[in-house]
Amino acid sequence: MPTTIDLEGLGFDNGGHLLVNRALAGLEPGDRLVVRGRHPALGVHLAAWCRAEGHRLDPEAASPTIVRGRADRDRWRGAQRAGRTAADVVPHASREWGLAARGALVEPGGPALSVDWVDRDLVWADIAPQLYAQATANQWDPATAVDWTAAGSVPDDVEDAVVQVMTFLVENEQAALMIPARLLSRLHPHYREVMQLLAAQAADEARHMEIFTRRGLMHRDRLGLSGAGGRASLQTLLEEPDFTLASFLLSVLGEGSFLDLLHFLHRHAPDQVTADVTRLAARDEARHVAFGVAHTAHVVRTDPGFLHRLRTAVERRHAALADTAGLNKQVFDSLVVLAAGSWEPAAIARGWQDVLRLQQAMDSGRRRRLEYIGFPDDEAAALSALHTRNFM
Amino acid sequence: MSRPLLLGAVAYDPKVVTIWDGFRAWFRARGLDLDYVLYSHYERQVEDLLAGRIDLAWNSPLAWIRAERLARARGLPLRTVAMRDTDRDLTSVIVVRADSDLHSPGDLRGRTVATGAVDSPQATLLPLALLRGLGVDPEADGTLLRFDVGVGLHGDHIGGERDAATALLAGRADAACLIDANLLLFGRDGTLPSASVRVLAQTEPYDHCNMSVAPQADPALVDQFGELLLSMSYADDSARPLLDLEGLKEWLPGRTDRYAALDQAVSDTGFYDPDGALGADDYRP
Repeated sequence: MPTTIDLEGLGFDNGGHLLVNRALAGLEPGDRLVVRGRHPALGVHLAAWCRAEGHRLDPEAASPTIVRGRADRDRWRGAQRAGRTAADVVPHASREWGLAARGALVEPGGPALSVDWVDRDLVWADIAPQLYAQATANQWDPATAVDWTAAGSVPDDVEDAVVQVMTFLVENEQAALMIPARLLSRLHPHYREVMQLLAAQAADEARHMEIFTRRGLMHRDRLGLSGAGGRASLQTLLEEPDFTLASFLLSVLGEGSFLDLLHFLHRHAPDQVTADVTRLAARDEARHVAFGVAHTAHVVRTDPGFLHRLRTAVERRHAALADTAGLNKQVFDSLVVLAAGSWEPAAIARGWQDVLRLQQAMDSGRRRRLEYIGFPDDEAAALSALHTRNFM
Repeated sequence: MSRPLLLGAVAYDPKVVTIWDGFRAWFRARGLDLDYVLYSHYERQVEDLLAGRIDLAWNSPLAWIRAERLARARGLPLRTVAMRDTDRDLTSVIVVRADSDLHSPGDLRGRTVATGAVDSPQATLLPLALLRGLGVDPEADGTLLRFDVGVGLHGDHIGGERDAATALLAGRADAACLIDANLLLFGRDGTLPSASVRVLAQTEPYDHCNMSVAPQADPALVDQFGELLLSMSYADDSARPLLDLEGLKEWLPGRTDRYAALDQAVSDTGFYDPDGALGADDYRP
């Protein structure tokens, strides 16, 4: 007795094929399915549908009878899952999975994805999922997170210093946006938490560009100066092709030092808006640094020989920048004036000391992170000393 | 690498380039040097096939009828090497609006019947032949509303059938002629909403396209081509996208015994003369 299905009044022009497909799913190729129903065009529809789907309608049978074909089985023969489950992050992601969701069953064929990083340990950090969750929870709106009406009055000379520092910050944030954007386009989406984190990072930097620009132009109609040495320093970051090295140079060393700078600016902010924008940016940057450190440490744990490549990358960048000025003197001077709060000689002397302390804090922070990653103390100190004078 | 085998296909849609580029690469990867040329209509393709300018023609059923007549007139053999699984046992239907007062084909006397293009086997020649067989000739005793979209493509362009279906729903025609697959398609895409039409008549099953072989073609090469074509598997992910585009799951050996009704319709209307010359006055491919 062949399997029988009754479509009642349902036609193939309003979903009848769903019931037929469901019944066929349980049968083997060559098995028969009798289809009953009252739709006037059922016979015509069924014949056309079977032909298109690779089934056969038995011309000899008294009632419409489908002989099950195998095209649906053939389509999925050799199909593989892109990881066993959505939670399973495999060590090697196949380019053949293309853009399939992690854990999806992937039909063979289709274009291979053109990405560079397909190995988990070259991009991963176990903390990535938590950091991403934190990143999405902590997104803020530049329009409302800062009270732009709390401008307050700032002495002209100090305002000039703020404008110059904001100009420097925007330039750095632009580099910090472009780097994760470049990295994530070359990353296999199987490692989606890392991809999402980089995307969130790029979005963070986009907001930073906005708030620093807005603060810079709050009392002025033009921004400050951009030094060639600073741009050369950032350019070396953009040109680093390796995922881990780019992440290390940008986040561990650059954004790590930048974080100290933002804390410094927050502490010496001459008005509430400056205090707000530097606080908000620092909160995001801390997360970027956390991923950079965790990822670099992950790579070093799986391959201790990678320490050598990290060292070489710092030395190479130092050599590339040996003939450039790095931080322009206007930025340095502006930091002193900001910390001083005025042009009184005693205040300037205090500001100067504060900027020196900032540089020491940056250095000790870098050494701490380098040691966490796996460098011995003396090497960490030596590498920190080679870091660019541009901070980032 | 063997001498190239040259295949002709009609460019009824831009995807034809993708399809035959893909097939060419697939055959070449298996040691058969295949190339293809595209035609803007079937008539020149058939003439070139008989003249030996191409070795194979991916022919519509009407093109096969003409090729056969031309071959017979010249005393040349003609054969087919393959067809798609979806080329077998098609039917055409004549549909009316569900609420119409028409209940049998005879009721169509004096009424307006919408068809596809003049050269569409499925939406014009075969259904009109069915009606004539039942004593109804819309050209003589009614009105024929023909939608000449893509003339020369032998009905491969769906536009004529869609226009006929739309005319039926709009009340500009009392009946429309369609291939069964398009009745299903139009029902599903909303052109003919569910329960809006009723099937008044249905043709006997007939076959559609086939891969015709030029009388002058190298038999060994053609056989190699046929064997490779028939070995193409839907489970092969390099071939499957091409099969999907071309609308089949499996290539089957060509058969030529289900073209009789079309052959008769061609004779009855004088679409081609017995020697394969163009006969229909209003046919301008």
